[in-house]
Amino acid sequence: MTDPATTDPATTDPIGIEIRNLYKIFGANPEAHVAAVRAGMTKAELQARHQHVLGLSDINIQVAPGSIQVIMGLSGSGKSTLIRHINRLIEPTAGEIVIEGRNVVAMPQAELRAFRRHKTAMVFQKFGLLPHRTVLDNAAYGLEVQGIPQAERYRTAMRWIERVGLSGFEKSYPSQLSGGMQQRVGLARALANDAPILLMDEAYSALDPLIRYDMQTVLLDLQQEVRKTIVFITHDLDEALRIGDRIALLRDGSVIQQGTAQDIVLRPADDYVANFVQHVDRGKVLKVGAVMQARHGFDAPEAALPDAALPDAAIAPEASIAEALQQMAASRLQALRVQDPQGHTIGVIPFQAAINAYTGQHGGQHDGQHDGRQA
Amino acid sequence: MTWLTSFPQLKSAWLRELQRVIDDGFRSFTRSHGDMIEGLFSPLQTMLIWFERLLLGTPWLLVLAVVAALAWGASRSLRVVIGSVLTLVLIGLFGMWDDTMKTISMVLAATLLSIAIGLPLGILMARSQRVQRIISPILDIMQTMPSFVYLIPVVMLLGIGRVPGLIAVVIYAIPPMIRLTNLGIRQVDREVLEATDAFGSSAWQKLVKAQLPLALPTIMAGINQTIMMALAMVVIASMIGVQGLGQPVLRAISNQYFTLGLFNGFAIVGIAILFDRISQAWGKRLQKHQEASHD
Repeated sequence: MTDPATTDPATTDPIGIEIRNLYKIFGANPEAHVAAVRAGMTKAELQARHQHVLGLSDINIQVAPGSIQVIMGLSGSGKSTLIRHINRLIEPTAGEIVIEGRNVVAMPQAELRAFRRHKTAMVFQKFGLLPHRTVLDNAAYGLEVQGIPQAERYRTAMRWIERVGLSGFEKSYPSQLSGGMQQRVGLARALANDAPILLMDEAYSALDPLIRYDMQTVLLDLQQEVRKTIVFITHDLDEALRIGDRIALLRDGSVIQQGTAQDIVLRPADDYVANFVQHVDRGKVLKVGAVMQARHGFDAPEAALPDAALPDAAIAPEASIAEALQQMAASRLQALRVQDPQGHTIGVIPFQAAINAYTGQHGGQHDGQHDGRQA
Repeated sequence: MTWLTSFPQLKSAWLRELQRVIDDGFRSFTRSHGDMIEGLFSPLQTMLIWFERLLLGTPWLLVLAVVAALAWGASRSLRVVIGSVLTLVLIGLFGMWDDTMKTISMVLAATLLSIAIGLPLGILMARSQRVQRIISPILDIMQTMPSFVYLIPVVMLLGIGRVPGLIAVVIYAIPPMIRLTNLGIRQVDREVLEATDAFGSSAWQKLVKAQLPLALPTIMAGINQTIMMALAMVVIASMIGVQGLGQPVLRAISNQYFTLGLFNGFAIVGIAILFDRISQAWGKRLQKHQEASHD
């Protein structure tokens, strides 16, 4: 339920991205070292012995159509390198990127250009706006490159300028706008292209926290409307957890964990990830659905539950455990019934389970949760 | 032990022979191909004469009006307009109008030619490291070689007159145009270029929509430099028959006419300042998007 991407291929419009066995080695003769890296040579060894830098190592990520895939990592982890492979701003050393059955890596120049014009749009950390052009001409740039007549591209661009909240600034130059406003121009330019894939390279990292939160909301609202396949790069875990349908954690050029926000917070793959997520506000990130004890469709529910009687008070599986705890505390209950939008009871969340999840304690109930999520 | 006290040099007979072979070779090349090469450059001759006739044939009042209009269009500043008109009026009053028009036509032709050749070369240089490695030393030679030296083969090939003068001026004045075009394009923000790439721009679209407009202030500085250097060559070019303010200066040198030299010198300074102010003001107005910055 936390992954609408795989369960909900709602429209045919969005397209998926499949990254397969992608390697990027920087240096004088990168091809020569792929085999060694495949055989398990580490980044440090490659650097010390061959003076080549391992940028990306065996990346396999499937981005479902219409979902938001966050790629997260600290600086130097290779996340910006990775996103530039999707529209081939950087050439990979080995591997494939398959979009609509076509391998982007093998595209000839002309096809690659058409692919960039029609299938992808990109938003950059430092905005990448053309300083000598007005907001309107910047927003219309992608359409201009496609050869769309001026009147039409201005009409489309104006619509998106209004949609990102910049009406009245269309005649301004980028240097006259604040950082947040400039990034809105970057977003308008990307959306005006109407490409099914949106690549956002640390798009909000240069913005201050309040504006960043604001822009995240803009993106999530827009996503409800336009259903793009979004690849979003960030170094900010809170941002990743807030907007990502799925998150891939990158370290030293390798994916160390991928999954939903719940997966990563509840079951960090190693100490590095655990260290990362320990300061997260778990109460907000974790959803009732991920923590509850599920009631299996045809099993006798009572057997799985500690208490035979189901409580009356109900909560939605999408609610956060902070909300669940609040509700239980307010009405002095020991447990809540978890109820889906159709009104079916799908599980129960005891007070103790919610508290354990909130504090990050691993209690005995966890086995039950595993079953629950896989159901 | 003479090789310790005086530098050991090639035998003078060898040197003489070497010079003779090169000279003869070039002379015979001139004799056999001189006409053909002159024919090749005849469009330049036509252009130069056309420019000169245009400026000399136009009534002086109209020339003043056009200069004033250009100054206003480029700078939107009354001071620049008044300064430009006043300079030309003074030049006219002191009897140097015709020579000045000839010089201006020469400088304009040389500048246009330098832009026409220098801009594409600068673009090529910015696009390829190899082209840059080839062109850079050539530009160094062009800028440091005394102009009299390359006047010799030019005169041998084309004789004395406007065209060899124009070529000499262009050789001297074109390096900043090429260098600054190259520099301007190379300095364009990589992030901006990456964005144009990401939206699928072709190489031409990238050049016309991003690189050239963003390099324009630097290119304008190159044009400004080219104009100034073309003016500086006017006196030297007059030695091979280029008409204009250089001729009286030359006469003044050989006859020690101090005042004549001074007047014409000041006229050259006057039009230099005029060209400089107008082209710089224009360059600044081209980047007005950078003036109003957000704080």
